[in-house]
Amino acid sequence: MQSEMIKRAKELLASGEVARVVGWKAGEFDYDITPGVFTTAEELDSAFLYNDLCEANLSKYMIAQSRKEGKTLVFLKPCDTYSFSQLLKEHRILRENVYVIGVPCDGKVDVDTVKATGLTGICSMTSDGETVTVKTLYGDSTMSKADAMSERCINCKSKKHVVYDELLGEEGDVVADNHRFDMVEKIEAMTPDERFEFWRNELSRCIRCNACRNVCPACSCEKCVFDNEQSGAFNKGASDSFEENMFHIIRAFHVAGRCTDCGECSRVCPQNIPLHLLNRKFIKDINELYGEYQAGENADERAPLNTFTTEDVEPSIVYERGGKQ
Amino acid sequence: MQVKETNEFKPKIVAFCCNWCSYAGADLAGTNRLQYPADVKIIRVPCSCRVNPMFILRAFQRGADGVILCGCHPGDCHYTTGNYYTRRRMTLLFSMLDYLGIEKERTRVEWVSAAEGAKFAATMNDFVATVTKLGENKRLEDLRCKAK
Amino acid sequence: MFTLPVSKLNDLFAAVASTRKLYLPVDDEASGHAEYKVWHEGVTLSNALNTARSAKDFFFPQTENLVDFKMEGKTIEVIDTRTESEDFVVFGVRACDARSFDILDRVFLAEPVDSYYKNRREHGVIVTLACTRPEETCFCTVFGIDPTNPAGDVSGWIAGENLYLSANTEKGEAFLSSVSKLLAESDDEAVKAQQAEVKEILKKLPLGSLDLTPFKPENLLKLFDSKRWKDLSEACLGCGSCTFVCPTCQCYDIRDFDTGHGIKRYRCWDSCMYSDFTRMAHGNPRLTQVERFRQRFMHKLVYYPSNNEGIYSCVGCGRCLAKCPISMNIAKVIKALGEEA
Repeated sequence: MQSEMIKRAKELLASGEVARVVGWKAGEFDYDITPGVFTTAEELDSAFLYNDLCEANLSKYMIAQSRKEGKTLVFLKPCDTYSFSQLLKEHRILRENVYVIGVPCDGKVDVDTVKATGLTGICSMTSDGETVTVKTLYGDSTMSKADAMSERCINCKSKKHVVYDELLGEEGDVVADNHRFDMVEKIEAMTPDERFEFWRNELSRCIRCNACRNVCPACSCEKCVFDNEQSGAFNKGASDSFEENMFHIIRAFHVAGRCTDCGECSRVCPQNIPLHLLNRKFIKDINELYGEYQAGENADERAPLNTFTTEDVEPSIVYERGGKQ
Repeated sequence: MQVKETNEFKPKIVAFCCNWCSYAGADLAGTNRLQYPADVKIIRVPCSCRVNPMFILRAFQRGADGVILCGCHPGDCHYTTGNYYTRRRMTLLFSMLDYLGIEKERTRVEWVSAAEGAKFAATMNDFVATVTKLGENKRLEDLRCKAK
Repeated sequence: MFTLPVSKLNDLFAAVASTRKLYLPVDDEASGHAEYKVWHEGVTLSNALNTARSAKDFFFPQTENLVDFKMEGKTIEVIDTRTESEDFVVFGVRACDARSFDILDRVFLAEPVDSYYKNRREHGVIVTLACTRPEETCFCTVFGIDPTNPAGDVSGWIAGENLYLSANTEKGEAFLSSVSKLLAESDDEAVKAQQAEVKEILKKLPLGSLDLTPFKPENLLKLFDSKRWKDLSEACLGCGSCTFVCPTCQCYDIRDFDTGHGIKRYRCWDSCMYSDFTRMAHGNPRLTQVERFRQRFMHKLVYYPSNNEGIYSCVGCGRCLAKCPISMNIAKVIKALGEEA
């Protein structure tokens, strides 16, 4: 797949159809791949990479890249296309300046998941699609790819590209029977005290680095309310538990109905806070209360918080349903 | 008159009321001399839909023990559809607070028209009673804001 | 040198904790990381190489209240809210973090002295632990740090079934004598053997040969004007992960928080990656992420050494390598700029 992608990128660069290519760049240890911009065939040959370790969602970069002179070629995995499509819907990307090539993905290997198995000193990591071979300072080992994938890929929601100009490889399908709400249900089934304890334990680790916000394709405000001194909610370092809760509730709420569940927030969190569980709670509630909705799937549909029906449930439903007391 | 000092917990309640229905409803409760606790502090907003989640959270930060949002009955919004958006937004927010283990009874939405002075008073009495039973807001408090 | 069987570690911790707070790296189940936590009965020392957050938090916490103001009419009362600091011990600090305190000292203890930082420094005793299983992201040796011989008030090694301790400072001597009942005198044979063994592993570290020679004051303008900054920073998200997990990043912001009945003036960590960093009346002097990104690495590798006898403001702990969302980091920057020079 990688050589096919490089070939197409070179053709499009050579013909002048695109001025630059956004893809993944090789790092030091196989797993530390950086999103990168390529403008020449030589750069593509020396550093362009696409393999089972290319986790980053490149769609958000297109907000800036699509405003540059000439067209930009971007490679998008199926779940990235949902984010891209959602950004188009919000008029954040200039579509005419982007050439999208959809590339297949059957789940990505996650270095943190591999490290969590107890492996340290990982100098190299390769995947052949079935088995992941890990070379460390203290010996080599192998594991099945399924064991090396993060939760978001295990519970993949779709292998279908919702937007592209060109597709490489086979088109996949929406994965209907994923288990992505299992953990949300587990938390819902706890008592309020247990839930409070659970989230306090998670959110108290937050260092307010803003990685979750800055990586999020749905967080594309020019000025975030937390960076705005006039907002009354300016917050650069959480001073207490209230500010931790506030940041995370507002962050998740602001992307409610727009979050495609790409899982980048949880991937980048340096403190391993399962932020996707906040987003998924909103997605689950929206599905249950206002009908199934997948952000990014359909460009014409109105987002659930931008619309209503006269028969909507009352907020008091929250007192009546769900969970132990 | 002697003021009796009690240690009884008196909750601080913030009530966001829409200008067109609920605020007028509160007014009517007043002119009809209907009693509701003085612990309810009313903040007038142009429409219930003006209230975003940050308003609710900041009320808790500043010391509220309960926050209630009142607007026109669905279908009667002065701006035609504002309160329909309120309804979805607050349903999701309250559900999220519950998900975080924060007492859901501390938040409420109630539709009160300009003619429902009695409903306004009854709603406030009931809400104050509910929050009094819950006690002080501990799970969404900002200790820095607690007066010494 | 003194020694204590590892099986008696708990007794040592209990003895220390009976007189003051003891912090040590503990495995956190929810995050899968080790973090510094207060010791109490039942808490065990983590085997992880290092904590997710650095040890700078003990002396330079993420947020800290500086002063309170109360207004009444036209008078403003200024209230120093500091309470008398308590003594504390941090056990299990690695060599890289131990060096980071020297780097922070040069900033906070230089005139005008930061009394908040100084106060904590005076009350803290640092007990280090030598590394035995370095990670691929480690490159402390590049900065002349020997992870098998960590600094601190007391240096420590866990070799075989024993913990070995050796004091380096007066504070360290006092610490050891306070727990002398538990310790026995020992030679340093086991420590030396372990050091030799770990040094063999250090030779294999993939980043052990990073070349810092181009990063010298004379090259300041050349490095500043490098064309590489643009492509290195292209994917930077502008988040603060690297700066907040860094043991040597020391920039902060001072803000006022209106509590409704007064003002709390607090400081919190700031990040050069943020758009409002060092913002002045005219705006941010660094308009795009390229300049912000450059600032971080120029500060660590050129500006700081220029002002501090050539000491780099990086200790090679590798946290930013492990935590950057886009895997861009100081090692890649050193290599890229080195190629050019």
